[in-house]
Amino acid sequence: MDWWEQIFAAFKETNVQQVAYVPDAGHASLIEACINDKDIRAIALTTEEEGVALLAGAWLGGERGSLLMQSSGVGNCINMISLAATCQFPLSIFVTMRGQWREFNPWQYPMGQTANNQLETAGVRTLTATSPDEVGPMTQATLDHAFAGGGMSALLLHQRLMPVKTFDK
Amino acid sequence: MVRSNRSDTYQLHRREVIKQLIRIDDDLLVIAGLGSTAWDVTSAGDRNLNFPLWGAMGGAISMGLGLALAQPERRILVITGDGETLMGMSSLATVSMQSPQNLSICTFDNERYGETGMQLTHTSARTDLAGVAAACGIPVVGHVRTQEELEAALPNILRAQGPIYHVIKVRAEKLDFVLPPKDGVHLKNRFRKALSLDN
Repeated sequence: MDWWEQIFAAFKETNVQQVAYVPDAGHASLIEACINDKDIRAIALTTEEEGVALLAGAWLGGERGSLLMQSSGVGNCINMISLAATCQFPLSIFVTMRGQWREFNPWQYPMGQTANNQLETAGVRTLTATSPDEVGPMTQATLDHAFAGGGMSALLLHQRLMPVKTFDK
Repeated sequence: MVRSNRSDTYQLHRREVIKQLIRIDDDLLVIAGLGSTAWDVTSAGDRNLNFPLWGAMGGAISMGLGLALAQPERRILVITGDGETLMGMSSLATVSMQSPQNLSICTFDNERYGETGMQLTHTSARTDLAGVAAACGIPVVGHVRTQEELEAALPNILRAQGPIYHVIKVRAEKLDFVLPPKDGVHLKNRFRKALSLDN
C-alpha cells in the first residue's frame, strides 16, 4: 500500500468519521479517498485551527475525527490546541512536511523547520515517518494515543515521502 | 476611558434574550463562546448539555459544526459574541459548505469586547455579521434588534431547517458574572454522559 492508503486503512479500522483538512498536494489522494468514502465526512476548512475546534465538537457528540494539514498549518493551530489540552479532547493530526527535504520554496522553511517543536511545546506528542513502511504503524499509534484517553498526537510525514515539487523549473 | 457607542441604548438585554432561547429542561445542545455569552448561557441554568468555553476564542462555531455533524438528530445552538465571531468568521463558510440542517448560530452583538474593557469591535463600525453569513451562503440569516423581532425569529432559531445564523443586537452593559464550572474535562464528561456516551 502507498503510505496514504495506510492512513486511510487506519481511519477505517479506527472508525474515524470526520476528516477535516486544509488541502495539501501531499494529502491529495488521502483527501480524495475520504471524500469518496460513504462513512467518512470530509470537511474542508478555511484555516487549520477550525479543525481543532471542530474535532472537539465531534467528540462531544460521540464521533471520532482527524485533521490533515501541511506544516505551514501547524502555526495556525497553536492557541486552539489549548481547547484539546484543557478538556482532554482527542486530537490526531497528520502533517505533510514542507521545508525539509529538496524544498524549492524558501517560504516553507520557517514552519517546516519548527513545526515539530511547536507541536511538542503545545503538548502534542509527535512521531515522524521517514519511510513508507512506517506510516501504517505510526498512524495507528497516533490514533490510539488520541482516542484511548484524550491524548494529543501528530504524525509528521517527512517530505522524503512526497514527490519533489519544482514549479517546472 | 470607554467610548460611548450606539449599542449603549440598544433595546434588548442579553440576559433576557438568553432566557427566551434556552430553558433549563429543554434538549438543545448548546455551545457558548468564551466570555459574556458563556456567563449568559449559564445565567439561564447550568445545564449538562451546555458547553461553555473559557478560551479557544474563534472556535465556538466550528465546535458547533463538529457537534451538529455528529448528532444529526439533535438541535445544536451556538451562542457567541461579536468579538468571538469575528475571530473565527471564516468558519461560517465551512458551515455553509457542510450545511447541517440542525445547526443554529446566534451572535449576541453588543459591538464591544466585553471581557477586556468594553473596547469597540468592528461591528461598531460598518461590519455586518449577518451580511457576512449571508455572503458565505448560510441559507437563513436574520437580524434582531427588538423584542418583536426576537419573538418573530425564535421559531426559526429553535426549529427551522438550518444552517441558520442570527445577529441579535444587545445593549452594551456590564453585568454580574454567572460562572459555569471551569474544569474542561468535567464539562466534556458531563455533556457526553447526558448524551449517553462513554467517558
